[in-house]
Amino acid sequence: MEIKLLQGGVSALLDYLSAHVLSCLVPAFFIAGAISVFVSQAAVLKYFGAQARKWLSYSVASVSGTILAVCSCTVLPLFGGIYKRGAGIGPAVAFLYSGPAINVLAIVYTARLLGYDLGVARFIGAVAFSIVIGLIMATIYRREEREKVAQTLAMPGVADSKSGWKLIIYFVLLVSILIFGASKQWIITGILIVILILILRLWFVREEIMEWLSATGRFAKQIFPLLLIGVFISGILKVVIPESIVSNWVGGNSIRSNFIASIFGALMYFSTLTEVPIIKAFMELGMGKGPALALLLAGPALSLPNMLVIRSIMGNKKTLIYILLVVIMATFTGLVFGTIVS
Amino acid sequence: MKIEILGMGCPRCQKTAANAEQAVKELGAKAEIVKVEKIDKIMKYGVMMIPALVVDGEVKCAGKIPAVDEIKNWLK
Repeated sequence: MEIKLLQGGVSALLDYLSAHVLSCLVPAFFIAGAISVFVSQAAVLKYFGAQARKWLSYSVASVSGTILAVCSCTVLPLFGGIYKRGAGIGPAVAFLYSGPAINVLAIVYTARLLGYDLGVARFIGAVAFSIVIGLIMATIYRREEREKVAQTLAMPGVADSKSGWKLIIYFVLLVSILIFGASKQWIITGILIVILILILRLWFVREEIMEWLSATGRFAKQIFPLLLIGVFISGILKVVIPESIVSNWVGGNSIRSNFIASIFGALMYFSTLTEVPIIKAFMELGMGKGPALALLLAGPALSLPNMLVIRSIMGNKKTLIYILLVVIMATFTGLVFGTIVS
Repeated sequence: MKIEILGMGCPRCQKTAANAEQAVKELGAKAEIVKVEKIDKIMKYGVMMIPALVVDGEVKCAGKIPAVDEIKNWLK
């Protein structure tokens, strides 16, 4: 039995770490590194002040996960600050949800491993979701929000940032390398990489490039080992869990399967990216696409440990309502998606 | 001198602590380095981005890993 488990784990590792999967993760790590170094967090933060226009706060909050966070320890203090001293509970909750739900690595990997439909659905679901949940929480607590004294956020000084259009070209290049590399258009990818190197020599100083590379390396070192463990576990799961159980509980596209998938996602802890191979294993065991999306939307954003931290910032009642909203919306979105794709 | 490192345990926060220790060692300064890891205490400093470094109650840096040289400047 133990041999079978090991074989299951190893074969999963070999499958999922094949060149075509890596060819999308490696560029994505570089992009994440670039974002963390070159996108001025302070510039983004000004959209979350108490004075900021609300629609702006919500829109930025819903996509800020791609920009501001790849790690939960970035999300939580920001959430706390926005909630207590900034734009308030609505944008804070939108940010809290979107942070883990739509980081760039996760979306890319989801599209690669689980299919473009799930990748796109995850992105759209997470963005729409975060705005809806934020608005609902803000509405429920509107009286309390009005009474809160708006204080100014302690904004960090805005550092010298690179000129806008140079940065845009740089990021467009990085993303194109990712897209063309993942589609195996090697000639085009090669040309783009050459252009990138030229740009680096012309527009970037050595310190910036080193900072970028070390940020990239840090992400890779932080995430990759956990990803390997996640893949290994997913391989074991495929051996250990009988198909009948999976298809019974989360197969097809019923309200029940989506709901069970949501709850499981909400309670279960997934470190960055590990939800993807594990869901893939479940899908191969019979989990439906709707419940898979429900798990994708509830999994990364919530876990027992992170519920406790949220609780220490928002209190019991608000945390419970937040959890409930996430589970309900994940179930609903999964159901809708499952209906659309079948 | 009291140096507080605000962070929740992830690699960037650990690197900040390591840089702080290095700076203290290189200066031969008499400083106590304390890690603040609970979110409610971290928020009391008014920072929104971690890792953050506080020297004698004053926030010197937040949201990025300060270099050893930068830290040495703040300690002088």
